[in-house]
Amino acid sequence: MNLINELWRSLVEALVGLGDITRFLLRLLLQTPRVLLRFDSVVRQIYNSGALSLVIIMLSGLFVGMVLGLQGFQLLQRFGSEEALGVAAAIGLVKELSPVVTALLFAGRAGTALASEIGLMRATDQLSAMEMMAVDPIERVVAPRFLGGVIAMPLLSAIFSMIGVYGAQLVGVQIMHVDSGSFWSQMRAGVDIRDVSEGLVKSCIFGVACSLIAVYQGYYAIPTAEGVGRATTRTVVASAVMVLFLDYLLTSAFL
Amino acid sequence: MNGRPIFDGLDVDIAPGRITAIMGPSGTGKTTLLRLITGQLRADSGRLIVAGQDMSTLRRAGLYALRRRMGMLFQNGALLTDLDVFENVAFPLREHTDLPERLIRQLVLTKLQAVGLRGAAELMPAELSGGMGRRVALARAIVMDPEILIYDEPFVGLDPISLGVILRLIRRLNDVLGLTSIVVSHDVNEISSVADTVYLLSGGKVAAHGAPRDLQASPSEVVRQFIGGLPDGPVAFHFPAPDYFSELLARGEDF
Repeated sequence: MNLINELWRSLVEALVGLGDITRFLLRLLLQTPRVLLRFDSVVRQIYNSGALSLVIIMLSGLFVGMVLGLQGFQLLQRFGSEEALGVAAAIGLVKELSPVVTALLFAGRAGTALASEIGLMRATDQLSAMEMMAVDPIERVVAPRFLGGVIAMPLLSAIFSMIGVYGAQLVGVQIMHVDSGSFWSQMRAGVDIRDVSEGLVKSCIFGVACSLIAVYQGYYAIPTAEGVGRATTRTVVASAVMVLFLDYLLTSAFL
Repeated sequence: MNGRPIFDGLDVDIAPGRITAIMGPSGTGKTTLLRLITGQLRADSGRLIVAGQDMSTLRRAGLYALRRRMGMLFQNGALLTDLDVFENVAFPLREHTDLPERLIRQLVLTKLQAVGLRGAAELMPAELSGGMGRRVALARAIVMDPEILIYDEPFVGLDPISLGVILRLIRRLNDVLGLTSIVVSHDVNEISSVADTVYLLSGGKVAAHGAPRDLQASPSEVVRQFIGGLPDGPVAFHFPAPDYFSELLARGEDF
């Protein structure tokens, strides 16, 4: 009986949480037109979430691409079709690896920074001070950070794909001596706009999910050192689980 | 809070143009009272009139309009950490007015001059001492020329010089700008030197009120304990607990 009660309570809490975060998203979307009018604040956040994540995204993209190059080469060689390495690596990257790995890295780098920054602003009364100055912190602080993250994610994912393809080429063509012409021409012939748009849609949706989770956790963080720490941890865990769950849903929807 | 009323029959009248202090032991709801006055919290019952407006019926737009007529100094200053001193003070002007840059500059410098920190205009909040931070926050609180200025524990953690500066500023700003000042504090000596009227809260009620000198002569035990700083009295030293000896002599489960 206790177990059923516990389960019921957890279910209700989860639903309430889902309702809260949906309402928070609607508040953010309502502010979006006004925030876009002050686009410089969004640009600053694209820089914070996007440009400052570039190094980790590019490095990871390079290594993931190189591993794909190696693994792909070994597998394709068994069937004597190493020339297909370009198309295999590109499709793997564009449709799946770039959006997912970028989102996971974004959650770890930019998501935690967003959550802890907003959480600390809450803990040091900066958000209350804004409210007292008749300035809505959702409009001034939260919405630009959310939009910055949403815009940065597909850009980072595209850069990840580009560097990843270069990594695969580096290993496949330069080291394993796959024919360069075949590598690129098969890629051009095999990757169509549907593949690219699938990856783009995924990374846009992951951008909304990761940014929303980060700003929500930060905004509602308990205003203590421990509370902000917990909000940061929750951001990473919730974002990672959400990205992988959404990835499954989106992949099956695109089939 | 948790079904327990914080205030019970509280009746406070704050005279315009004067400095009213709200005092009381920790946990008596001084900060809660401030939050009610500023509309950060809503009372479950009772009537609260601020600047002629009934706070219980005020909607968001009305509340924000009212807050533009208020300034508030937070305990830790609550400066926006990503802006320098000048921009912190200019923040309300930039958010609420379309004044030309030259006028904003003049207004900000005038207010910084009033708190003695014109020379610190380009410093970041992290470079300021506690007292300086609070003075910048004070300049920000008066930059929109409010009618009501609220101070939440303005003396906490200040060295004697900074404390003297803040005390003098509270008095001078009140007299020169014709403000209505509300100071929440539990520093008896400092408050006595600056306030026109003191309300001493205890147990959710007004334990005493009047001029600081009248309070010194009050026969109320709570007032005498508070003003004399006595460790025990109506506000008990011990948190409610079972009988000391029976708890000491009881066999614990570990034995």
